[in-house]
This record gives sequence, C-alpha cells and structure tokens, in this order.
Amino acid sequence: MTALLEFVDVLKRYGDGPQEIRALTDVTLEVAAGEFLAVRGPSGSGKSTLLHLAGGLDDPSAGHVCFDGHEISGFSLKERAALRRRDIGYVFQRLNLVSGLTAIENVSLPLELEGVARRAARAQAMDALHDVGLDEQLDRYPDDFSGGQQQRIAIARGIIGNRRLLLADEPTGALDTITGDAVIELLATLPAAHGTAVVLVTHEPRYAAWADRVVSMRDGRIVDIAIAPNTSPIHEPVA
Amino acid sequence: MGVREGLLALLDREPAHGYQLKTGFEAATGGVWSLNVGQVYATLERLERDGFVASEETDEHTGKRPYRITAAGADELGAWWAATPSDDPPPRDELMVKVLLAIATDQKRALDVVTAQRNALMTLLQKRRRESVPAPGRPSDPLVDRLVVDALVVRAEADLRWLDLCEERLVAERDAEPAVASSSRGRKGGRS
Repeated sequence: MTALLEFVDVLKRYGDGPQEIRALTDVTLEVAAGEFLAVRGPSGSGKSTLLHLAGGLDDPSAGHVCFDGHEISGFSLKERAALRRRDIGYVFQRLNLVSGLTAIENVSLPLELEGVARRAARAQAMDALHDVGLDEQLDRYPDDFSGGQQQRIAIARGIIGNRRLLLADEPTGALDTITGDAVIELLATLPAAHGTAVVLVTHEPRYAAWADRVVSMRDGRIVDIAIAPNTSPIHEPVA
Repeated sequence: MGVREGLLALLDREPAHGYQLKTGFEAATGGVWSLNVGQVYATLERLERDGFVASEETDEHTGKRPYRITAAGADELGAWWAATPSDDPPPRDELMVKVLLAIATDQKRALDVVTAQRNALMTLLQKRRRESVPAPGRPSDPLVDRLVVDALVVRAEADLRWLDLCEERLVAERDAEPAVASSSRGRKGGRS
C-alpha cells in the first residue's frame, strides 16, 4: 500500500553546539491512506514536532518528509498553504474556531479561501457537519455550542473538501471523558467513511486505543508501535 | 463477592427459579461472569439452609420451583450493600513486581520492560475498544455493556498510566544524574 505520509530517517534539531536539542532522531514512519495512527509519549518526546513536520509547518534538519510521494520541504510557501487548504486538516486542543463566524461559515471557510463559490462551499459544509453529527442550528456562533460540539465543528472544518489527512493534536484536552470518547469515536470513523488518514497526538491511552497503530515516542525516537488485533498488516512493527 | 450475594440481589427484585437466576446474573454483569445451573442450585440450597431464601411450590406449567428472598436474606443483602472493603491489599501484582525488579537490577532493561509491557497492554486496550458487541445469545443491556467495557478500559488505562510514569521518572533520573546512574545501576544488588 502506498504511503500517504512518509518520514524517512528524519532528524530535527533546534539550536547549535552545546545548546542543541534533538527533537527527533532517526524517525522513519509511514502513514497509509485511510489509516488511523496515534502518537503517544511524555512531554518533550517529539510528538508535536512530528505533527508540525507532517503538516509542513516546519522542515526536518535531515531526512525526508513526503506527502503523497512529494517532499514537503521542497514546497514553496504558496504550495504549502495550498497543501494545508486542500489536503491536510487540523484539529487542536484549543478549538480555534473563528468566534465571529457561524458554525457553517467556519466549516466552509477553507473552501471559500480556495475560491469555491459560496453556495457550493455552504453545501459541502452542511454535508461535513452532517457527517460529524450536527444538523441543526448551524447558523449559531461557536460560543453557542458545547465544547464537544465545537470540536465536532472543528473536525468538520478539518475534513471538508475531501482532505486526505487530518492531524489532531490533543483534541480531547478540553473535554470531559465521555465527550472526549465521542469525539475520538468520530475520528475513528473517518478513515472508513471518507478514506481520510488520521494522525492523533494524545497522552490518553483510552483515546489512543481507537487507532490502528499506536506509536510510542521517547527522547525523539520511536520506541514502540502497538498494532490493534485484526488490523491489516500495512506496516511491520519497529525492530 | 460471591455468587450468593448476586442471587440474593436478583431475588430481592422478584422470585425466580434457578435458570432465570443464571441468565439474570449473567445479563446484570454484562457477560463477564458466567454461571452454570448446577452452581446456582447448589448456592440456592445453601441459602435456603441458612434461612436467606425459601422455595415455593413447583410451578405446574414449567415444572420449576421458584425461590423468594426471606426477611433474613433481605437483612443479609442490606449488610452486603453497605459493606466496604476494609483491607488495603499490598500491591503485589506481577507487572509492578517485574518493573520494580528490573529497575533494581538494570535501568536500561527497566525501560525495555516498561516498553514491552506497555505494548502488550495497549494492544489489549485496542482489542477491548473493539469488543463492545455482546456475545451472541446473551441478553444485552446497552448501559451494562458500556459500563463493563468502561471498567475493563479504565483498569488497562491505570496500568498504562503507571507504566508512563515509570518511564518519565526513569528518564528524568537518567538525565539528571547520568554518571551516577551508569555507575550505581547495572550491578547485581541494585541501589547502593
């Protein structure tokens, strides 16, 4: 199976000499189209850096990060912006919805920025909101929704336009356990429903366990990958 | 907890015969505790001997004899609902002992042990997350099924969180005292 996202011998360091910090070392990892991958590890283990590189928000110091076979570090700023609008969605712990826009306007925003006509963008936004279980009162503003509903809106914005990769950075951090479970169960449906690959960074074992594979990081390295039973053998475990 | 308290709790709701108690018990516990009918009738005999249940006339249609709870049985059940565990059992589970012994003998191995145990537990948790469908033929209550899965998930989570803490503390100690760590660990006898 072709990798949608690929890390090959990736090194990421900050600073020089004695001040140098290695955030990632020898990271090699593939994420297949339609795969649900979780990344765990203590603070400073490199999981957020991994996510930043995956989204083209930063470049590796050495090695390669490729999306759909193309090396992201070779992209211009304009091409990166287009990649994030068209192919890669984000969901963060902080909800990052635009408070002055309604739910449907928040979700249709990436398409409108891409030049899609407003009517068509709204229609797609309604579909995306339906897919995350929101069908009513979509002209309300973010503050009118509960935390779990706001995270659903953010997920709808993250997948609209048939984006192929959703990067989720502690999306349950501000939610109670039952609401968090519902949000992660929703993320877990995306690969089968839309073919979207999901990379979830989380501290919480209960949420990571929904993933097909759970990557554990320590000191900037991948130290282990737990594979869910009956998962198709897309990848070999870490040696 | 024994089966006897479970049967008393079910009989406190309504009289029932042995097979009804077996299926009622399994449904109430979400399928995590299977009983055989012989076990149920043996327990009922002991409860009747102790005066906690009484058998009624055999039903002409079913040929089965229902049991009901007695006043003494209701008191016994009330005491069981009210009782709380009094002992704080020593934490002697194999996982904890294994990790503690690994730390005492070799820090590098301790991190490897933590990683291997965590992989196994995470795989188990991944399996449990996908096991919410009740077994065929078992009466199912969605709330009970959900709570059983919750219980299993939370227990696996507790061990995983502990292993995460082991890793963080081991790494913090290694980073704080690299020279001491390399000289004082890795010898038989552990800490000195």
